[in-house]
Amino acid sequence: MKIHEYQGKELFRKYGVATPRGIACFSLDEALAAAKALGGAVWVVKAQIHAGGRGKGGGVKVAKSLAEVRKRAAEILGMRLVTHQTGPEGQIVRRLLVEEGADIATELYVGMVVDRGTQRVALMASSEGGMDIEEVAASHPEKIHTVYIDSLRGLSDEAADAIARKIGLPDSALPQARTLLQGLYRCFDETDASLVEINPLILTGDGRVVALDAKLNFDDNALYRHPEIVAMRDLDEEDPLEIEASKYDLSYISLDGEIGCMVNGAGLAMATMDTIKLFGGAPANFLDVGGGATTEKVTAAFKIMLSNPKVKAILVNIFGGIMKCDTIAEGVVAAARETHLAVPLVVRMKGTNEDIGRQILKDSGLPIISADNMAEAARKVVAALHKAARGKISKKRSAPDNKAAAKNKRAPAKRGEAPAKKRARLTQPKKRTAAKNKPAPRRRPAAKKANKAKKK
Amino acid sequence: MSILIDRNSRVMTQGITGKTGQFHTRSSRAYANGRACFVAGVHPSRAGENFDGIPIFGSVADAKARSGATVSVIYVPPAGAAAAIWEAVEADLALVICITEGIPVRDMIRVRERMRQEKRRTRLVGPNCPGVITPDELKIGIMPGHIHKKGRVGVVSRSGTLTYEAVGQLSELGIGQSSAVGIGGDPVNGLKHVDVMQLFNADPETDAVVMIGEIGGSDEEDAARWVKAHMRKPVVGFIAGVTAPPGKRMGHAGAIISGGKGTAQEKLAVMEDCGITVTRNPAEMGKTLKRVLR
Repeated sequence: MKIHEYQGKELFRKYGVATPRGIACFSLDEALAAAKALGGAVWVVKAQIHAGGRGKGGGVKVAKSLAEVRKRAAEILGMRLVTHQTGPEGQIVRRLLVEEGADIATELYVGMVVDRGTQRVALMASSEGGMDIEEVAASHPEKIHTVYIDSLRGLSDEAADAIARKIGLPDSALPQARTLLQGLYRCFDETDASLVEINPLILTGDGRVVALDAKLNFDDNALYRHPEIVAMRDLDEEDPLEIEASKYDLSYISLDGEIGCMVNGAGLAMATMDTIKLFGGAPANFLDVGGGATTEKVTAAFKIMLSNPKVKAILVNIFGGIMKCDTIAEGVVAAARETHLAVPLVVRMKGTNEDIGRQILKDSGLPIISADNMAEAARKVVAALHKAARGKISKKRSAPDNKAAAKNKRAPAKRGEAPAKKRARLTQPKKRTAAKNKPAPRRRPAAKKANKAKKK
Repeated sequence: MSILIDRNSRVMTQGITGKTGQFHTRSSRAYANGRACFVAGVHPSRAGENFDGIPIFGSVADAKARSGATVSVIYVPPAGAAAAIWEAVEADLALVICITEGIPVRDMIRVRERMRQEKRRTRLVGPNCPGVITPDELKIGIMPGHIHKKGRVGVVSRSGTLTYEAVGQLSELGIGQSSAVGIGGDPVNGLKHVDVMQLFNADPETDAVVMIGEIGGSDEEDAARWVKAHMRKPVVGFIAGVTAPPGKRMGHAGAIISGGKGTAQEKLAVMEDCGITVTRNPAEMGKTLKRVLR
């Protein structure tokens, strides 16, 4: 789970990590009132979204008068902020942080993450603050200093001082740096954080060490013991489909492709996505239904996948194992019926009662395509997707042109046809009818050609 | 032989009274020599009771002393699972297999730190793993026993169902397994790929190994480098997550590409460079292994 900068700074202050004074705001009036309350002559207006790179995207502005605070706040509040972390669609700014201006002498970097190799929390610090730290790591790895913290003892005075010196803090600032670094580690540890970053950490003109930014992520597995952190969750910053999925204990992540996939197990889910790509398709999502693929869960999963308008076909890949395939098949059939499934569905099931499961799919009368293994499933779903796309294009054109249609298989992003009509067609009980109806407009010219050839 | 477990292992279940613990203890016990191997259960307040005839003891130490079990499997819920691991380590068991999913990383960091500092010799598999199986001898965990076949290929993997997929492909081709080990998908865990690879290398009844990894971390690269330097047997590899975008956690707590590190492409490249035969098609893990055996 992620939180906003202003929430992170509130946490920091509890652990003795110095930050500028600031007030979170949800409107222009609040922004103006905050600036007045803070006093001084310089303020910083900062967009509060979870993604990084806000400054470059125009989400952080300095204001030198109250009028300018209002102007800057008006520019930022409600803007669609695009950064390298938001993706091209950006993120709407709904909250601001108005802070007192800071007198920056030096910009530094401090971060903490769980290091898998040493199985410890790694404290990383650099003299090169305010920049993209990944770039620094790539171009000047010697400028990043790392300490692996012994969780049974915490961050020692010596280790804190040593790293503070390495990033160029003067001796006069060491006591403050020690307080800050040790507080930061306690904050990381006690809140079950998975990442903490201060970029930049600054040394002010008058020699103070201050966290100018605050980025915190938390371990989802530990949220049960941190209601105070759960209370900071901002659902506006999360994908609504991912939120919906979490209600059903489904692990879901939206992607850019057209093929929805429902799989049990994270590793197999990723492998399924990879296979789709290998056969020329693109996955629309990652979706792990977990161990107990009940009818309720499968139905929820189908609804979530289908609420992504990009989804043009679905692939279900379940390695039953201890779970029985007949149970899974019943769940899939019920879900397909309840969601009035109107896109091609390919199902691959493996495990106990495989044959019974397949029979259930067959007997359902739904146009479900069965596959024996992952490769076949991927091939079939990609073919079904292209077939559906071609069918649509040729329907639109007065004179069907197969070659062009094949070329344009990615084109039909906007569907012209009435979805109701299509739905009726695909939910008809007989598989054969559906199959016959679907490619009809495409086949006719080919058949004519064949006839002509015969006559000749 | 085999690695980690065989028909002579004696096993206790921590969390035997919970629904998951009961279900999987029953299913493991019904597999091959399970009836003789599962000899104890642990529950702090239910000592003296039994589950399907398996005696329940109040502590791991007690269960070890009175049943002779030296292996433990843990189904304790996440909030108490790290403490359960530590109890088993403190009782000096030879092997602890933790199935529990969703243990806070901080709890695992502390357990592993103590294990290192106190130089504990207990081997930990997991958490968040399917367990370990030696086909036709003993199954400890949640994997479906019937897809396995006794043989001479080792399997090691970070994920559950993807391991079943690989095992299923091998069995269908008539290739049996010596042991299959799921090391789990969490960022901080016990045995790594490289540790299991060393065990397979030393096992005279393992001829080749299938190593399955996924995005995140550098465990697969470490194992690959060890393979290049020491392994005397062919290794086949697959990495899940070529299509995973950076910064998104793919289900497993450890499956995330962060800071540009841990991509599937990078892992596959290192593995290939180290002489591992990799496949980019997960449907061909079995076939690829068959090719290197010839």
